[in-house]
Amino acid sequence: MYWDRECETMSREQLEALQLERLKLTIERVYRNVPFYRQRFTEMGIKPSSIRSLEDLRRLPFTTKQDLRDNYPFGLFAVPMSDVVRVHASSGTTGKPTVVGYTQNDIDTWAELIARSLVCAGATKFDVVQNAYGYGLFTGGLGLHFGAERLGATVVPVSGGNTQRQLMLMQDFGTTILTCTPSYALYMAEEGQKMGLDFKKMPLKAGIFGAEPWSERMRRQLEEKLDLMALDIYGLSEIMGPGVAMECAEKQGMHIWEDHFIPEIIDPATGEVLPPREEGELVITTITKEAFPLIRYRTRDITRIDPEPCSCGRTHVRIKRITGRSDDMLIIRGVNVFPSQVESVLLEFGETEPHYLLVVDRKANLDQLEIWVEVAEHMFSDTVRKLEDLEHRLRERIESVLGISARVKLVEPNTIPRSEGKAKRVVDRRQI
Amino acid sequence: MKVKQISIFLENKSGRLAQVTRVLGDNGINIRALAIADTTDFGILRLIVNDPDRAYRVLKEAGFTVSATDVIAVEVVDKPGGLAGVLAVLQEANLNIEYLYAFLQKASKAALVVFRVEQLDEAIAALQAKGIRILSGEEVYAL
Ligand SMILES: [Zn+2]
Repeated sequence: MYWDRECETMSREQLEALQLERLKLTIERVYRNVPFYRQRFTEMGIKPSSIRSLEDLRRLPFTTKQDLRDNYPFGLFAVPMSDVVRVHASSGTTGKPTVVGYTQNDIDTWAELIARSLVCAGATKFDVVQNAYGYGLFTGGLGLHFGAERLGATVVPVSGGNTQRQLMLMQDFGTTILTCTPSYALYMAEEGQKMGLDFKKMPLKAGIFGAEPWSERMRRQLEEKLDLMALDIYGLSEIMGPGVAMECAEKQGMHIWEDHFIPEIIDPATGEVLPPREEGELVITTITKEAFPLIRYRTRDITRIDPEPCSCGRTHVRIKRITGRSDDMLIIRGVNVFPSQVESVLLEFGETEPHYLLVVDRKANLDQLEIWVEVAEHMFSDTVRKLEDLEHRLRERIESVLGISARVKLVEPNTIPRSEGKAKRVVDRRQI
Repeated sequence: MKVKQISIFLENKSGRLAQVTRVLGDNGINIRALAIADTTDFGILRLIVNDPDRAYRVLKEAGFTVSATDVIAVEVVDKPGGLAGVLAVLQEANLNIEYLYAFLQKASKAALVVFRVEQLDEAIAALQAKGIRILSGEEVYAL
């Protein structure tokens, strides 16, 4: 079952010809409309006419999150703002988000790719899709939403949170497809069990889970507890949002929609392109986006490409589960968190180099963030009230910068282990 | 009329208090009075010792977060209402007490109460005006 058989099962040859044609158009577009790329290409002696084969892609420079930040907010847009119909944003490392824009065509493409992804999970227009991804600047909610409508399914745009209500709607509306983060789905499963819900008697058939790393172990738990097929979806706001890649029912990795994105795997240290099947950092070039095209964007996600034909019949290569990050970003309750954000807050509070540690746990399937801060002498007061006030102010400031709540714990000096060279800023104790 | 108190930040984990007392003991420093204010995560240990400057130094060298604060030590007559009288004086003068703790002197058996107030000089003046005896640092360290 396919949403768009022609695109999804195209031969390798056809696919590569299409990719090259679209890549050339994209290079021309960014060369013409984005001063940042024109300058980069010129520095490297590259003209749009230099791109003659897909192999030539590796001669192009990378784009990094820093480049996005340096061009905040709209510097990398390739169309006038009058053509931009929507913007989304993700958290940045220093409080400034990274902003992405979409033309109407981009939104339509996105909806198409989500529709494809939903069909991978067996969805049809007869399904009821309960979309518990957050709506707003985060791409999860609206991304899934428009795609599910494109498919013709019935969308329940419930967004995240309010678990009791989620479970009530699930029963009353006969939800068949659940879309949310995998940890939230597990939480719902356990809350449902407590309420005496029997998921085996409910019509749920598939879950499309993404926006945070998860494992086969979690897949088994989700499938058993919710009595559905749990599939992984991949995306990032810089590239589009969810639906850049989607697992099919074979559960052997996520098909990356190659008629819109060209994936490469590089060695994160050297930038060298690695051969198929080798693990490294995923780099994506968008080849159809109008408002916000990206050339060789370094996703920082660690994975590998499986080029073997998939028994589902789709010809697009698959990327394997994301196994980690090549930077120190954490995903906590679906939100991107960089230790440097915490550091910037601590620097606001004191004049010295702060020693701190982010400790992440998963309790009752919910991520918990604890921030340990060593009490330096200038922060110390001999009254409890002042220290508690410090904790309180740190907590509030960190919450406003990160967008998620964290517990601040003041600790004695030298209790946070110092490592040789780069400080260790994160202890992730989540069992996923 | 001011007494130097040493305050130490302690996480609530076993053995930390013992470590502080060991560092002081190893350096021949005697503890005159001790009080702990604690929360779920951390505590603040407050100490009056015979040699506060040296105590500050050795504790800091041992890696503790330490601060030295001026407090006042007031002699409170050992009878019902003794402390109430002192508190009344401070209240009348509109002086806010951050915290206080008490200890006994061996010699006179009169209680000593240590006060931490924001306006130290005003507190001293108000207490002295009512004839309440305030001990000097030297007197307290030598107890
Ligand atoms: Zn497949």
